[in-house]
Amino acid sequence: MRREGSPWTGLWAVFFKEMADHLSGLRMRILEALILLSALSAVYTGTQTLRQTVGEDPYLYLKLLTTAQDPLPSFVGFLSFFVPLAAIALAFDAVNGEYARGTLSRILSQPIYRDALLFGKFLAGLGTLSVLLLALLLLVLGLGLFTLGVPPGGEEVARILFFFLATLAYAGVWLALGLLFSVLFRQPATAALAALGVWLFFAVFFPILTDLAASALLLRADPFDPESQLRQATLALWISRLSPNTLFAEALTAILNPAVRSLGPILITQLEGAVLGTPLPLFQSLLLVWPQLTGLFALAVLLFTLAYVAFQRQEVRA
Amino acid sequence: MAVILTRGLTKRYGRVVAVEDLNLEVEEGEVFGLLGPNGSGKTTTILMLLGLTEPTSGEARVLGLDPMREPLKVKARVGYLPDQVGFYGELSAWENLRYTTRLLGLPDGEAQARIEEVLKRMGLWEVKDRKVAAFSRGMRQRLGLAEVLLKRPKVAILDEPTLGLDPEAAREFLELIKGLKAEGITVLLSSHLLHQVQEICDRVGLFHRGRLALLGTVEDLAARVLGGGYEVWVEAVPGLEGPFREVPGVSRVEAEGGRYRVLATRDVRPELARIAVERGALYSLSLRRPSLDEIYAHYFKEVGHAA
Repeated sequence: MRREGSPWTGLWAVFFKEMADHLSGLRMRILEALILLSALSAVYTGTQTLRQTVGEDPYLYLKLLTTAQDPLPSFVGFLSFFVPLAAIALAFDAVNGEYARGTLSRILSQPIYRDALLFGKFLAGLGTLSVLLLALLLLVLGLGLFTLGVPPGGEEVARILFFFLATLAYAGVWLALGLLFSVLFRQPATAALAALGVWLFFAVFFPILTDLAASALLLRADPFDPESQLRQATLALWISRLSPNTLFAEALTAILNPAVRSLGPILITQLEGAVLGTPLPLFQSLLLVWPQLTGLFALAVLLFTLAYVAFQRQEVRA
Repeated sequence: MAVILTRGLTKRYGRVVAVEDLNLEVEEGEVFGLLGPNGSGKTTTILMLLGLTEPTSGEARVLGLDPMREPLKVKARVGYLPDQVGFYGELSAWENLRYTTRLLGLPDGEAQARIEEVLKRMGLWEVKDRKVAAFSRGMRQRLGLAEVLLKRPKVAILDEPTLGLDPEAAREFLELIKGLKAEGITVLLSSHLLHQVQEICDRVGLFHRGRLALLGTVEDLAARVLGGGYEVWVEAVPGLEGPFREVPGVSRVEAEGGRYRVLATRDVRPELARIAVERGALYSLSLRRPSLDEIYAHYFKEVGHAA
């Protein structure tokens, strides 16, 4: 049976309402303050280190984003830590919160489909995060301009733009996960805990597990056969790539460091004729991380689809 | 043409039957009450009429539209007040309604005019900028009705409209619902508080375990179930049961000393008064509309005995 009318009716109404809620909400203020403070401190120490070497590096601004100085991680390090948290915080009570407030049946009795509600909420989360990220990036660039006194080059700006897009894809994964849990669990607290559990698993336990798996695989390799060692190392790498965090980290490495030529083991014969340390053009770097970016995007779409299907099948009455 | 029409409408959740073989017709401009205890299938029926739940079998038509195929058209013309209606507490009453007008796709000027109109009508204009979190139950309910009116609906479906209201607020709210009828809006309301809503319903349908057990006007039902649509209380001298029973139209007489309860299919007060005065003295005479609660209790007691 075909239903009539566009599934997008009311999408923008939901989008703007949710976005306004996010931007004015206390939850977002707290996150903003946290992200701002930590990122700015990271950038500040970065500029302190870089000041001495200004003029030696053609990609000063990319360095600014990626330079870590003990005990502080780099700006990028901070972001990859906070973006999932912020995305989960925006999405974990998206649907079950409407149930709890008794607003869901009222909203769905307006002439809109459920599609518009869920997709509007997803887009609003993504919009909020992109506003936040863009503001933060511009702030960092401005701060760099102020302290380093060198304007960023065209290629650098382009790379930072792609960094921004990759971060959005990564945020989309966690936003969709939060949305999925907000549909599956009736209690917002349960949904938040479950989403944070998944995040913690990939942030802390998954690297440990992949390390263990990698060393176990290497032990199985024939010590006198380099080819079998290579096979095992590649396998270990593929296992670690099951985590969105690995995909995101690899994408950032290649986008923000033009000197990176490969994200896996590479044979000396493959490097024949290459001038080591010379930067790759942007297009070549993108080619390198295209699979990672596609993977992140696909994961976000998959999680959103699961949330969509679950939401469509759910009964309206609490 | 029937505004709401269902044919064999059935909804099952696994093995549990929520609504079974519902055949219902609601005419334009009437106030129809879907009545019955909690869990008897009233809300499920309403959700099916709005296309928010898919029927297992059977079909429904609202204003001639199929709620499963054309839910947007149905929902644009039908106002719905859910039970325990909720609003966004951190937004003001005005902002909550503004969101609804955006979902309805109303242009700005039109939206603001309509919001002002409905808030004034519901007596909420003075508190329009107050956060809904600070609203009382009664105010929320009125805001819910304001939202229903925002659509300028042809049909209003109200689920348990008086639940949780104090008697005074409930009475006021029922007055507002009467106002809808005066405007020509067809009203379908559900309630388990039978005595509260029987006043305003033109016709009622009594639900019992997912089935529509009784359907008709309150007087009809009283005649069918209690054996009389009129209930007359008489205070006179003792010993008048016999003569009272002789009066044509009287179906039952219960006596307790000088107090009589007479059930009849028509208004028999003049005859009863004459008999009482002829045989001695008449102290009081009053007509009481039979209450739906009694009809319901009586009917299901009989059904229970039969089964």
